[in-house]
Amino acid sequence: MSEFKMPSLGADMEAGTLVEWMKQPGDRVERGEVIAAVETQKGAIEIEVFETGVLEKILVEVGQRAPVGTVLAMIRAEGAEQAVAPAPAVSPVSLPSPAPSPMAPTAPSVATAVAAQVGRAASAMPPVAPVAVLAPGALKITPAAMRRALELGIELARVQPGADGVIGLREVEAVVSAPSPAPEAPAPAAQAPREREARGGLDLDEMRKAIAAAMSRSWREIPHYFVSSTLDLSPMLDWLQRENAQRSVLQRLHYSVPLIKAAALALKATPALNGHYGADGFEPAKSVNLGIAVAMRGGGLIAPAILDTDTLDLDTLMERLNDLVARVRGGRLRSSELSASTATISNLGEDTADTLQPIIYPPQVAIIGCGRIAERPWAQDDALSARRTLIVTVGGDHRVSDGRSAANFLHRLDDLLRQPERL
Amino acid sequence: MNAEAFEQQVRAALYAIAPDIEGEPLDADVRYRDQFEFDSMDFLRFIMELHRLTGVEIPESDYPRLQTLNAGVAYLRGQGARED
Repeated sequence: MSEFKMPSLGADMEAGTLVEWMKQPGDRVERGEVIAAVETQKGAIEIEVFETGVLEKILVEVGQRAPVGTVLAMIRAEGAEQAVAPAPAVSPVSLPSPAPSPMAPTAPSVATAVAAQVGRAASAMPPVAPVAVLAPGALKITPAAMRRALELGIELARVQPGADGVIGLREVEAVVSAPSPAPEAPAPAAQAPREREARGGLDLDEMRKAIAAAMSRSWREIPHYFVSSTLDLSPMLDWLQRENAQRSVLQRLHYSVPLIKAAALALKATPALNGHYGADGFEPAKSVNLGIAVAMRGGGLIAPAILDTDTLDLDTLMERLNDLVARVRGGRLRSSELSASTATISNLGEDTADTLQPIIYPPQVAIIGCGRIAERPWAQDDALSARRTLIVTVGGDHRVSDGRSAANFLHRLDDLLRQPERL
Repeated sequence: MNAEAFEQQVRAALYAIAPDIEGEPLDADVRYRDQFEFDSMDFLRFIMELHRLTGVEIPESDYPRLQTLNAGVAYLRGQGARED
């Protein structure tokens, strides 16, 4: 029997709200399979299971908020005897229910136990409160609608599914505009924290808090250094233009794809920039899982990883990037994508500014910041010309590496981008 | 096809790649970049989706002609006329 826990999806995450179980007790689960979805400050995240077996018992129901480390379910390994599962860590919420008490705390012993488990002071644990009372089971609801319902503190039992039997944003919004039956109205205190300006169903205040927590920790703990080079991207962009002209729309490559590939290969050759810094110091990573910073509309950003970035050909990398952006914009990211990054690249993009001095996302030890590509004067072979250039800045962790490592990385990156056809 | 049908196609492509802007006010003459913070990756994904929906092969050199809703409708209408 093993415990399926609320994972930590970054240094900044304290808790999450269970929004969906894809499996029911008795179902078989495969290692790597997505079995639950959790609402976090970074939006809804799909959680993968790390063991093959049978889902024995669900301990945290849909709608409940649980701190990082809380046991969400028990998984019985293949061939193991059926055993008695422990008592639920968080008391279940009955359904349907009158207005939930806004800040109902869990038993202190549970909070303390969980705190010890994740190595934090108990006083730092947030209070655990049911955010909204939701119907569990075979309810069909879109992720966006689920987020919206959670934000508004709407009980899903009150939402009528659409003609197709699925609850979408429209159905959730309909409840807001409809007069609310008095006994089922959510307590104002419970609703207030969720009534924030949100766009795309994501609570941007919450995301800002998550970024603030991670970046404050980074700036406090990591002695940063910054090393920059101006790279001539003209050879790569000329090659890309020729390449894309021969490709049909669906096969075209975005300019960031060769850039990401080259950065991943250069990281592979610079192990001191690729890995994690933990309690035992620096652990270089065996693979390169480059986190790609994607800006959210309305503010905030998120940097999910593309696994084994250095091994993918450009077409596959384009597919992965497309899929990643699609899921940042409208779908869901997976827990592995948020915890696996070994370094991050942040690209300001066109029409922005010249340089970006990025801050490392702990526990990583380096981050690559790219400004905009612009036509700039370029001196070479005793002559001046105009070239499209990119200023790349490496933010490195001085506990692990020196500026020389970053300079080596930038040289390597420059070499790789001059021969884009070999990427 | 009439202008309304082309507009439906452009909107469908937009909402497919950016579901978070569905239901937001959309100014038909303002570039997506300026009203929805589209970057070039969003734009490329929009072009791909528009191609999937309409079958129109859009060369990179035409990208500047598809930056707003009205421009997109005019572009599709022009492509349709060529195919007739």
